[in-house]
Amino acid sequence: MSGPGGAAQVTGPAAPGWRRTHPLGLLARALSYARGAALPLVAAIVGARNWPGGAGAVAMVAVMAFAVNAVVVWLGWRHHRYLVGADEIRVEHGLVRRTARTVPYDRIHDVAIEEPALARLLGLAEIRFETGAGGKDEVTLRYVSREEGEALRETVRTRRAEASHSAGSPTRPGARADAVEPPPRLLFAMDPRRLLIFGLFEFSLVFFAVLFGLAQQFDAVLPFDIWAVDQWQQRAGGPVEVLRGIGLTAQIAAAVLGVVLLGLAGLAAGLIRTVLRDWGFRLEHTPRGLRRRRGLLTRTDVVVPLHRVQAVAIRTGFVRRRVGPDGGWHRLDLVSLAQDSKSSSHTVVPFGTLAEIAPVAAIAGFPLPEPGTRWHRPSARYCLDRALLTALPAGLLAGALAVAGTGWNALAMLGLAALLALRQAMAWRLDRHALSPLHIHVRRGWLAPRHDIALRVRLQTVEIVQGPLARRRGYADVVFGIAGGTLRIRGIPVIEAQRLRAAVLDSIAGTDFAHLSAPPAAAAP
Amino acid sequence: MQPAAVPDDLTPLHPDYLKVVRIGWTLLAVPVLIGAAVLEIAGVLPRGAVLVPVLLVAAFAVVLVPPRRYRARGYRLDPDRLRVVRGTLFRSDTVVPFGRVQHIDVAQGPVERFYGLGTLVLHTAGNHNASVRLPGLPHAEALEIREAIRAHVLRETP
Repeated sequence: MSGPGGAAQVTGPAAPGWRRTHPLGLLARALSYARGAALPLVAAIVGARNWPGGAGAVAMVAVMAFAVNAVVVWLGWRHHRYLVGADEIRVEHGLVRRTARTVPYDRIHDVAIEEPALARLLGLAEIRFETGAGGKDEVTLRYVSREEGEALRETVRTRRAEASHSAGSPTRPGARADAVEPPPRLLFAMDPRRLLIFGLFEFSLVFFAVLFGLAQQFDAVLPFDIWAVDQWQQRAGGPVEVLRGIGLTAQIAAAVLGVVLLGLAGLAAGLIRTVLRDWGFRLEHTPRGLRRRRGLLTRTDVVVPLHRVQAVAIRTGFVRRRVGPDGGWHRLDLVSLAQDSKSSSHTVVPFGTLAEIAPVAAIAGFPLPEPGTRWHRPSARYCLDRALLTALPAGLLAGALAVAGTGWNALAMLGLAALLALRQAMAWRLDRHALSPLHIHVRRGWLAPRHDIALRVRLQTVEIVQGPLARRRGYADVVFGIAGGTLRIRGIPVIEAQRLRAAVLDSIAGTDFAHLSAPPAAAAP
Repeated sequence: MQPAAVPDDLTPLHPDYLKVVRIGWTLLAVPVLIGAAVLEIAGVLPRGAVLVPVLLVAAFAVVLVPPRRYRARGYRLDPDRLRVVRGTLFRSDTVVPFGRVQHIDVAQGPVERFYGLGTLVLHTAGNHNASVRLPGLPHAEALEIREAIRAHVLRETP
């Protein structure tokens, strides 16, 4: 391996135009590494406390690991460079195995800017060139200064505009792009009050599951046995003895108090998580698509190009649907191939009324169904079969209990069976689908219905699926492949399934997917 | 009112595909049979307690199931779409429009190669049915279909 000086000549930004990411990014990465290493380190120190000189050894290993990591990160940084070229962005990295990537401007839909908390303190941002490759395959720069990020985004947009109007005009490209572009229009935003209500609905006990998990992980390390109740009683000492003395009423009160506390903690956890994620939520309609900014500590700024949206989903919850204004609180997700921080669809309205969602869905190209839409229900046979099948186990159990002579239990079980059957009956009344000239609508669910809208021309495959029962009884499921999702219509009569498939295939065959992915979204029948 | 899902306008697969499937199952069954025979000779369990059920299952998988599955399979090639039907108990009937094909593979395993067969795999952008497999085509025909689909995709994409 050559010395650092030699390496700099080969790979450094010596050539004109080549740049490195921001040096402060090294600090941000080192800090985040330290944050990740803190917990194992503490565990190791506690675990080694009984060795002679154990803690010292652990500390030394930790310092060495940190130093090695710092050197690796530094080397990686030295050998990582990027160039904003005339037609493309070029990124080269790697010490031993050098990788060079080229992303042409006309393939970049947009530049996503993410500012994790640590980087944000240092005025840095991570930028990602969105090409539709999805998630990990996108080219990212971590980290550059916030101004550099904005400048890169502006450059990419200007160069893209130039590429598409390649005829060229004598005026300055930046000025022209600014002049052409109408100002962004605010579609949806959440004020702190809305955020608070939303947070209350995001009640979560996951936090406790994690705590319990940690406690179990570390119980060998802790200086006492947290699972031994009598030890606890010793530790708690007086109060528990007093409680015992008071008797049953007080014990029940204590239990109720515990549940209430747990509930409050669950509410707090949901609230905190929601505020962290969705603080300052803003959705704007820009010429390049829907731009979404959100986050309290980690701020993200993403643009979803409209021609990339394959389908939308409107979801709700059991409670939030009933207590919200005009039809309850709903959420709107856009399904596309792009990844949005681990989830496969972009939430563009996290918590809004249908009246707020409808215009956003319409702008995305997926208008909510008209009042006169002709809905179709699943086959009655399908629902009868489902009702019988779901109620059967509980029914059998009820019979067994009755034979065993425990009448009340049998009755309760029978009630459960009836409830399950009722659920299917309701599903038959409420599950439905409709075919409009451009879209497919699928509604499913009784207590918390979900509504999917897919654009017919953007469907990928159509499959008719039948199980043994379905074949005998003459119904089928229709499953559509969507880029970034799946759509399933359950239990419709076979003839209707075939008709549906024929209609959708005619829409698809009329248009090639490559045209659809091109920016001016084609609207074909 | 029971519209038969058994399709009539479909092209069956090449008869040799049945042999390919049988050989595949046999190759899978042989190690299990050897294991069962070893157990039998070791005499740990009562005579026939392992070997007989294993033999029955193997016979079922190699002799009885493949013909039924073979008869349930079929495809139909149209100018702009491919339809693939499969499954005995759970039937699936998939249509892939050529306009949605991202790329195409023609795969050939060792047994398939011996019989001159190939498997056509169409990849789409969808999460469901991301790749649709059509086995049991004569290899030359699989290549021909691939070329036809490619020509279609090229024609439609300027």
